[in-house]
Parts: sequence; C-alpha cells; structure tokens
Amino acid sequence: MSRLVFFTQTYSSMPCRALPRMAAGLNSVSERGLLLLLVMMFLASTVLPIGAASSPEMTTRNVKGGHDLHQEPHGSGHHNYTKKAFPVLSLDYSHVRIPFEISLWVLLASLMKLGFHLIPRLSSIVPESCLLIVVGLLVGGLIKVVGEDPPVLDSQLFFLCLLPPIILDAGYFLPIRPFTENVGTILMFAVVGTLWNAFFVGGLLYAVCQIEGTNLANVDLLACLLFGSIISAVDPVAVLAVFEEIHINELLHILVFGESLLNDAVTVVLYHLFEEYAGVGSVSVADVCLGVISFLVVALGGILVGTIYGVLAAFTSRFTSHTRVIEPLFVFVYSYMAYLSAEVFHLSGIMALIACGAVMRPYVEANISHKSHTTIKYFLKMWSSVSETLIFIFLGVSTVAGPHSWDWTFVTVTVILCLVARVLGVVGLTYIINKFRIVKLTTKDQFIVAYGGLRGAIAFSLGYLLDRVQFPKRDLFLTAIITVIFFTVFVQGMTIRPLVDLLAVKKKQETKRSINEEIHTQFLDHLLTGIEDICGHYGHHHWKDKLNRFNKKYVKKCLIAGERSKEPQLIAFYHKMEMKQAIELVESGGGVKLPSAVPSTVSMQNIQPKKSPPPAYERALPQISQGREEEIRNILRTNLQKTRQRLRSYNRHTLVA
Amino acid sequence: MGSNYSTLSKIPNVDDLMQETGFTPAHIVRLYDRFNALDKDKKGHLSPQDFESIKELAMNPIGDRIIGAFFTPGQEVVDFHSFVRILAHFRPVDKNRPRDPNTPEPVNSRTSKLRFAFQLYDQDKDGKISRAELLQVLRSMMEMQVTEEQLESIADRTIQEADLDGDSTISFDEFRKSLEKVNIDHKMSSRFLR
Repeated sequence: MSRLVFFTQTYSSMPCRALPRMAAGLNSVSERGLLLLLVMMFLASTVLPIGAASSPEMTTRNVKGGHDLHQEPHGSGHHNYTKKAFPVLSLDYSHVRIPFEISLWVLLASLMKLGFHLIPRLSSIVPESCLLIVVGLLVGGLIKVVGEDPPVLDSQLFFLCLLPPIILDAGYFLPIRPFTENVGTILMFAVVGTLWNAFFVGGLLYAVCQIEGTNLANVDLLACLLFGSIISAVDPVAVLAVFEEIHINELLHILVFGESLLNDAVTVVLYHLFEEYAGVGSVSVADVCLGVISFLVVALGGILVGTIYGVLAAFTSRFTSHTRVIEPLFVFVYSYMAYLSAEVFHLSGIMALIACGAVMRPYVEANISHKSHTTIKYFLKMWSSVSETLIFIFLGVSTVAGPHSWDWTFVTVTVILCLVARVLGVVGLTYIINKFRIVKLTTKDQFIVAYGGLRGAIAFSLGYLLDRVQFPKRDLFLTAIITVIFFTVFVQGMTIRPLVDLLAVKKKQETKRSINEEIHTQFLDHLLTGIEDICGHYGHHHWKDKLNRFNKKYVKKCLIAGERSKEPQLIAFYHKMEMKQAIELVESGGGVKLPSAVPSTVSMQNIQPKKSPPPAYERALPQISQGREEEIRNILRTNLQKTRQRLRSYNRHTLVA
Repeated sequence: MGSNYSTLSKIPNVDDLMQETGFTPAHIVRLYDRFNALDKDKKGHLSPQDFESIKELAMNPIGDRIIGAFFTPGQEVVDFHSFVRILAHFRPVDKNRPRDPNTPEPVNSRTSKLRFAFQLYDQDKDGKISRAELLQVLRSMMEMQVTEEQLESIADRTIQEADLDGDSTISFDEFRKSLEKVNIDHKMSSRFLR
C-alpha cells in the first residue's frame, strides 16, 4: 500500500468563480459532450499509471530510496568502463512517483468537481458528496479490474493532511455571534448526545450479539462500546458538504455544524479509553473518573493550545506591514502548528484549530492588507474544497479495496440502532434544553437536527486505525462503518433537500444587514446590559459587555497595529457599506447625479449625495462624464487599501462576502 | 416559601401587579429584595441617585437614558410598582398567548418592547426620531472616537435607509419595519425575568 504525502503546491483547480462563465461558454450539447469525453479519457489514462504505480509489486520506495537509485548508476558508471550509447531519451518514473501520484489524484478530484457542475440537473438532485463517492467506487473498480490493489484511505494522510484544511476553513469563518448565542445547546448535543449515542449503540449491539443464532458471540462488550463510540460521532466534513447546499437557516446550521465540531473531544476520549482497556477486558470506576478528567483536559487543553497560537498569529501580523506577501503564510502555519501541537499531547486537534482560527481572525483582519485577506480566503476555500473532494473519492476507493466481512445481522442492527439512538437523543435533549432557552426549538427543528446527523470519513479512519490483532472483528466493524456512512450520506443526504422544502423549514436569509439594524442592535445590547445591571443579575449580556470592554482596553491595543486599534465596529461596518455602494455605482455605468464640487478629500462621504432618493426607485438618470468616473475609480482604488471586509455568511461554493 | 409569603404581604396591591405584568410571586419577591437593596436610605422609593450608584450603569453609554425611562415626566421618584412595570417589558414573550383583540396588549409583547426602545431614542416624546436625536445616540455610543463629519454621514445614511414617508425623521412604524428581521423576542428579553 503506497503512502501518499500531500503536496501543497499543486494549484490544479480553477476557482469556483470561473465555472459559471465557462459553463455559459459551452452552450451547445456537442461541446459539452466533447468535454465530458475528454474528461473520461483523461480519467482512464490516469487510472492506469496510478494502478500500476500503486501495486505492491513495484518497489515501494520513499524519496530517499529514489535518490539512492539515482546515485547508483552514476557510481557504477565510474567503475564500469564498457561504453554504452548515450541515452537521448530515458524513462525514470520511480523518482517522481510520489509527487506524480499525488498530483494526479488532486487533478482527478478537481476535474470531477468541474464535471459535476456541467450537468446542472444532476447536481441539483444529488449532493456532491454522493457523486464523489460513486466516482471513487468507479475508480476503485477500474483499478481492481486492471488487476492492481487500490489504495486505501490512509489514516495518517487523512488526519494530518486532508482534515486540517477543512476544519481551519470552518473555524476561521465560523459565525461567532450565532455560535456563542447557542453554545449551551451545542455543547449539550455534542457531549451528552454523543455519549448517549455511543453507549446506546454499543450496549444494545452487544446484547444483540449475545443472542443465539448469530455467530457473533465472541464480540465482547468493550469492543462493542468502542465500535459504538466510533460510529456515534457526527462528522463535520459530511455535514458541511450536505448542509452547504441546502441553505438552511442560521440557527439549525450552527447547531448541527457546531455539534459536529465539538464532539471531537468526546470521540477522542472514548476512543482512547476503550482502546486502552479493550485488551484488559474490564473498566473500573477509577478508570471512568479518569476518563471524565481526561475529557476536560482534552477539550480545554485543545482550546487553550489553539488560543495561544491564535494570539501569537495575531501578534505576528501586527508587524507584517513591510512584508505583505507572506502574511497569509503566518495564518496557515500557525494554525497547522496549533493542530499538530494538540495532536502531540493527544488533545483535541479539531478544537485547537477552531479556537485558533476564531481567536486570530478579528485581529489579523484588522492588520493585514486587503490582498492578503483575499488570498487567505481563496486559499482556505480551495484547499478545503479539494480536501473534501479527495476524502469522498478515497472513501469510495477504500470501499472497493478494503477487506470486507459482511454479516447481515450486525450491519442492519447497527444502521437501525444509529438512527434510533440519534432520534431519541435529539428529542430527549431538546426537551431538557428547551427549559433553558428563550427561543425554543420546534419539532421541525428537532427533526432536521436529528436527520442531519451524518457520519463520514472520521469514523472510517478511526476504525481503520484499530489494531487487527487486538480486535479480530476489525473487518466486520469496518464494513458496518462503511455501510452506515453510505446510508447516511446517500439516503439522508439526498432526501434532506426535498424534506426541507416539504416541511417549509426556514431558509437562510439572503439580504444583507442594514445600518439601521447594526445601530439598533448595538443600542439594544447596551439597553439589556443596563437592565441586567439594574436587576442585579449577571447574565449573558453582562459578561459579553465585560468581554468587549476588556477586548477594547487591553487586547486590541496589543494585537492591532496603529490607528486601527481604536476604530469602533460601527465605523468599519459603515465604510464597508459605502464601499459596496460606490462599487455598484461605478459598475452600473454611473447614474446618480454627483455634487458639482470635485471631491478633494479621500473620505467616501463626499461621493454620496446628501438627499438622494431611496435606491429602490428606478428613474432615467444622466450619465456621468469620463473625468468624473476616473475620479471615482481613483478614490475607490485608494480606499480599497484601507477598508476591511467582514465576512457575514460563510458559503463554500460562492466566495461572496 | 414561608418567607416569600410574608414578603409578599408587605407589598400593597401585589395581586394586581402580578396580573398586569405576568410575573410569578417568586420574581416579585426577588425584585422587591433588589428594590430594597438599591433603596439605601429606606425611603420606600428610588431616586436617580440610587440608580446612579450602580457602577456598571455609570459605564453604560446610554445609562442615563435608561435611568430616565424609569421616571415618568414630572416625577422625581420611582415606587415599586413602576419599577416592576418597567422591568416587565423585558420578560420573555409568551408564545402561547391567545390572540384576543379585546384584551390590551401585554407589557412584554414585541410591539411594547419596541415601543419602549423607541421612547429611549425619542427624548422629546414627539413620536419621531429626528436627526439631532439620532446624532445624540450615535455620539454617546461611539464614545468620542470618531469625527463629527463621520457621525453626521452615518446619521444621514440611517435616516435615508429607514425613512419611507420622506419627512427626514423616523416614526415608530418605520423603526419597527427596519427591525423586522431582528429577533426582538430574543434580543430584548432577559432570562432572569422569565
């Protein structure tokens, strides 16, 4: 089995923005068909070298070995004096094999993404993740037909290379306000919900295994509990892939997504706990207590590590005003280091990454240039997109490759128990949570939260890491895990969109925030803080206000360079709005009458006419002169360096703020 | 529970108060204790100085407006009933309230909450938020970190966005419309007063 190392310099996919233009260009059916044919041919031609290269018969060398091979002919050439003809053209594949394979896989993934968007009907019915798994199955099948061994999703590769970009993307663009408003609910679902799932599934599975008639009697309790803990965690990659396409309202999105992120700590602890003691065969009360303490250490430690690295990154960005080009690098490297450092101590790497991204973002964004900001945004989206595609394709390939041990009883019982556990867990927890929430969760909300509990590649990788000697039933577990993943991704992923429409669940509000809303919500925040102080109650608003004050007084001064440390939030928001309006003005060819005075200051206020009518009205407007337009463009160009974008909504496929 | 009942009996007209505001006896007792804690001279009513002694309120940019909202014009003191009535605005909304057009709007409905907030903006009580009033609010919230020019353009932009009838002021209906996407039930409710 070949070990692939992720090669980060392969920019082989076009950004998603180019797609609509390209698709529009290929209007005729014949052109589209031709492109598809090209893609298929390329696919076929790439599969064969991959298959040939991945086979275990070829000597598996790493790069060092390749070098050795390279040195040898030179060495032998010195001692051996028989003259050969000078090789004009020679084939030496072995020393570029690994980067070549990686690039091919990444190229394959990206071409698949391109291909899907050319078939619009398909992408609206079937979510992308399903299509990618199917492609993976096909590729795996092709490789097997050729006679080679398809590569399996290596857990090292997955956890160290494929998962971090997706999590960093999620953490950096995490919508903080809805997250902190619902953090109690999210934690309940993540911690208590996952524990419930794990024990319910594990326990009942063990009970079923003990029934006479099935030949599963040698599956012991701890192995079942371990299996339960692996299969119970909701997967962030799968949730992201499916939920991004259905544009559900903010609350539900953050609930399911937040749960999938925060349950990592629970999964890590349970997994290690059961794996440790499965060999011994029994767990004592002391071990359980240690497990609880371990959970706190893992979760809080992960967050602490992430915060430290986030603060470091923010501090570093304060001094980058002279070397703007490497600003994005600091963001990526510090975050990756946070993840790796957390993994060193077996803390929760996912929580470290989320904490790092969320902590550093407001300060880094105030410090870096506009272009660096765009670079970070595009790179994160690109990497996470490619990672996600690769993960799903590899899942498909691994399904074809992996040794399977199918047992009807075990697998069907697992699937049913997962569903039942999820539904019961969500309903039960919501009943308790609603007692503490101001805005209650309705039955519709509960249904979507339960239905959105998708499992994915993390479960598969954790299962793959199990030791074959210690767990003789590993293949059975893997088969069951894959079946559950397929079931959730295909069945639940495909049906969630029509169900959302059927149940008329509230969708994401597309309209942007107006300045009125911004001012009034700040006002109301102050009002509620005041009321809470009068009541003598230190509630939500009080602590938020205290945190804001602390932030303004101490933290911003440390971490933000220069004058921007004092800029109030409202001003930044206002500038952004003005900028948008000015850009729209220029793009529409100019139509609003400008004041006759030439704008001499650089501030945007002078461009905006004092008494213009509301923009909703259409009227015949005079064109502005060329000179006026040039002035506007100059002012825009200089101002674009100063304003900052604040991302409000987070969407994978469109990079619109 | 025994101490609760004895405290309740000290408050005159407590049943009417509970009926009007929807607070439970436990809440009334808590608020009564708080009222007494604030009333340092044990006068039986609160004056502006008692509110000002709450130090977090002094740091609040709109603290003086909030204090002003408790005192009806002309009155120098706040008795317990008015105290509770104002705080009742911030009770979470009862979703299951039957929509009876005959009974008056309860004090903690969405409209009443918005009206309370509106009155904090509208200091001269003419039913409209003028440009000058908006400027005052912005000035106090920005805490003197911006130029007058920037404040004026923000104020102009705000009025331009919200003003639908073109009178360069924001009426209560325009105010309500500009906040229709905000979840007022959540934003203007305190869990403490459930």
